[in-house]
Amino acid sequence: MAIDTGDDTFTRPFPVQAAMSETGEPPITFYRLQGCPYCERVTRLLNEYDLAYRSRFVEPMHSDRDVVKRVAGVRTVPVVVDENTGVTMAESANIADYLEATYGAGDRPDAAAASAGGDA
Amino acid sequence: MPAFDVVELGPADHPDPGAEAPDFTRPLVTDEFWEDRTLSRLVSETDGPTVLVFTPMTGSFLATYVWDELAERNWDDRAGRVVGVTASTPYGIKRYLDDNGYPFAFFADPSNRVAASYGVDHDLDGMTGISEPRVAFFALDDDRTVEGAWVATDWPDFPDYDALESELGLE
Repeated sequence: MAIDTGDDTFTRPFPVQAAMSETGEPPITFYRLQGCPYCERVTRLLNEYDLAYRSRFVEPMHSDRDVVKRVAGVRTVPVVVDENTGVTMAESANIADYLEATYGAGDRPDAAAASAGGDA
Repeated sequence: MPAFDVVELGPADHPDPGAEAPDFTRPLVTDEFWEDRTLSRLVSETDGPTVLVFTPMTGSFLATYVWDELAERNWDDRAGRVVGVTASTPYGIKRYLDDNGYPFAFFADPSNRVAASYGVDHDLDGMTGISEPRVAFFALDDDRTVEGAWVATDWPDFPDYDALESELGLE
C-alpha cells in the first residue's frame, strides 16, 4: 500500500519544550478564533516563551461559544487555561501580562511596546 | 438495462485486518470546537476499539445515510470510540454535527490526504479538483492494528450494517 508521506503533519511531533501533563497533552489550552489578531498576539507570546499548547478553535459567533463560556465565564477569545498554575484567563492584555510574569525572562525590550489588548 | 448507473470504484488498496493503519494528525471537530489530534494517541487513550468511519463530504446524502444509521444504531455506545473522517472544513463539519445532533466527532481533512493514505480516496467527476473519501470503516485496536474493515467498491454503496457490526466487533 502506498502511503503518502509528503505531508509533514503525518509525522510532525507535538512540541516538547514544556513538560506534558499526566494525560500527555500540553498543559496549556488556548481557545482561539482563526485570524483574530488578539489571538495571534497570544500565539506569538506562547511561541516566544517556547510553551507547548493545544489550540481549540471556536466560531466567530459568540452564541456558538458555549465551551468558552463554560471554561472561562465569558464568550470572548483568546482564553488561556494553564494547568501548570491552575490559571484560566481571558482578554489578550491580561494573558500577555500573565505569560510575561509567569514565563518571561525578566525585563524584555519588547515588553513596554505591548499595546492595550482587546478581544474578538 | 438499468435506468440508473451505480459507478464501479473497483477494489481499494486499503489496510487489511492485521495491518497497521496509517497514523495522521488533523483537527478533530466536535459540536463545540476543533483541535489537532493524532490518531495514535487517540486510539491509545480509548478503552475498546476505535472505529474510523470515512464518508463523502458532509451535506451529501451519502454521508447522511451513513451517519443517520450509525446514530440510530447507537454506535457511540457500542465501540470505544467512533470517529468520522471527511473532506470538509472544520466549519462545515461543526455545522453538520449541530444540525443533525450526531454524537460523534470528525477529523476534518479538506485535502483528502488521510483517505489517500488509507487507499480510499475518490476523485469526483464534475467537481474538478475535489477528492473525497469512499464510504469505508476500519476498527482499530489501541496500537492502530486493523481488526476489521469494510470499504465501498461501488458509488454509491453502503454496507450490510448487521454484517458490518460483526466484522468490526461491535458489542
